Amino acid sequence: MQTIKFKNKTYLMEGYSIVGPLEGKGPLKDYFDYILIDDTLKEKSFEKAERKLLQKIVRGVIDKSGLNVGDINFMFGGDLLNQIVSSSYTARELELPFIGLYSACATMAEALALAGIFVDNNLCEYSLATTCTHFSSAERQYRFPLELGNQRPPTAQWTITGGGATIVSNIPTNVRLVSVTFGKVIDFGVGDVNNMGAAMAPAACDTIEEHLKNMGRKSNDYDFIATGDLGKLGSEILIDLMENDGIILGKNYQDCGCMMYDKTQRVFMGGSGAGCSASIFNSYILSKLKKGEFKRVLLVSTGALMSTTTSQQGDTIPSIAHAVEFEYVPTNKKQHSTKVDFGKKGRTKINNKSILENNNINSKALNKAKTKLSAAEVKNGN
Amino acid sequence: MNKEQRNANYNIYVESKVPKTKAWPSLFKAFLIGGIICAIGQGLFDLYGFLFPNLAESELTTCMLMTIIFITCFLTGLGVYDVVGAWGGAGSVIPITGFSNSISSPSIEFKKEGVIYGICVKMFTIAGPVIVCGVVGSIICGFIGLFI
Repeated sequence: MQTIKFKNKTYLMEGYSIVGPLEGKGPLKDYFDYILIDDTLKEKSFEKAERKLLQKIVRGVIDKSGLNVGDINFMFGGDLLNQIVSSSYTARELELPFIGLYSACATMAEALALAGIFVDNNLCEYSLATTCTHFSSAERQYRFPLELGNQRPPTAQWTITGGGATIVSNIPTNVRLVSVTFGKVIDFGVGDVNNMGAAMAPAACDTIEEHLKNMGRKSNDYDFIATGDLGKLGSEILIDLMENDGIILGKNYQDCGCMMYDKTQRVFMGGSGAGCSASIFNSYILSKLKKGEFKRVLLVSTGALMSTTTSQQGDTIPSIAHAVEFEYVPTNKKQHSTKVDFGKKGRTKINNKSILENNNINSKALNKAKTKLSAAEVKNGN
Repeated sequence: MNKEQRNANYNIYVESKVPKTKAWPSLFKAFLIGGIICAIGQGLFDLYGFLFPNLAESELTTCMLMTIIFITCFLTGLGVYDVVGAWGGAGSVIPITGFSNSISSPSIEFKKEGVIYGICVKMFTIAGPVIVCGVVGSIICGFIGLFI
């Protein structure tokens, strides 16, 4: 079976997201933890900037949750650059045990799923899932130089600058990981690299249908179903494909790529990139989940698994989608502590009682992280 | 239904969903930008003719091209030309300015990899095919010209 169900004790501890200046002008600007003013991050190249961005994200989530870097048992991450350099170089800087992943833009769901499985099976205490993308480094690797005066076709998508990280642990919080479905690699013969949405929609369709079937649910059991980066065209195709199979995706369905930008921003079909679902999940979706505004959420990150070489050689685009299901756990419900004591000294111990009372993970640490951020750097909007 | 049939049907369906580029607005924009660039070129040509009456026409053309190539490189560096190109399409690609932009933009982009492996190697990644086609085309035309 493609779906793995968790055993009631895997929770999302904290999420953190950073986006670039353009994304920071979009409709979700109030939800992101931090918005960059300068997308070079004062680095000499965009590859270095992407690396620094990921580092900031990982440090951000660790600070926000009140942990130390050494508390993280495993970091699951990946990115779009060749040899997933941004993630591995980040793991080098932070000296974290690193499990490198690549599912193109579906990396966030894959990382969350694996981080969850590790925690659920008591293999570790805290695991971290992260990914990010940078518009300029992705353009350079996949497309043309930034300053080239060319036109994009109307089906093109805009790789976002940004990313997110989540810490998964067995300490009870408001948000529980319910199940994951790992997708099959699906190829419906679309070869146009400027039409990724159409290439990825069948993969998303297959994974969602498989997940619903295995979990015995209907699409309207979810308050929110989010696909990663199908874009406007891709999400329309997905709705059609699912309708053909008798599943109606209603108003509870949205695509992260479409949510990222507003209509006045010239981004064609919408946002794309691994950071797209990562940043929106860790900001908008997670905050709604924590508040209980969303009771049940399905995150379906979608990825196109081609390379520039394969597409130049005329191959079609194989795609993948992974689904992760989350649910809101009300705080007033009495919970059992399922914390496994690993017996390591010097760890930041978090009191389960205070978590239940505060509704936030660790308000003291949160405040500390907030002051740290607002000190030198400018925060978004407010 | 076998996979090939399924893929063919899907591609037909996708094709029907894909929004088409509107031809007339694109043509108008290309005409406008291309026309402005050519008018600037002609203006420079006339200006040089006025300033340096002793120069031959071919030399005036060279001076005009050098100036316009420089302006394009400068605007590429300032990040202006890609905006013009995204709006004007073929109008900014076909004149020599497009060629200049296609060489200067990878040079800027790959400067970080060093002078040899960055600038020199990547400089012609976009303009290279144009040069090859131009040279091969002129050889073929030369042969044809030889026999007629």
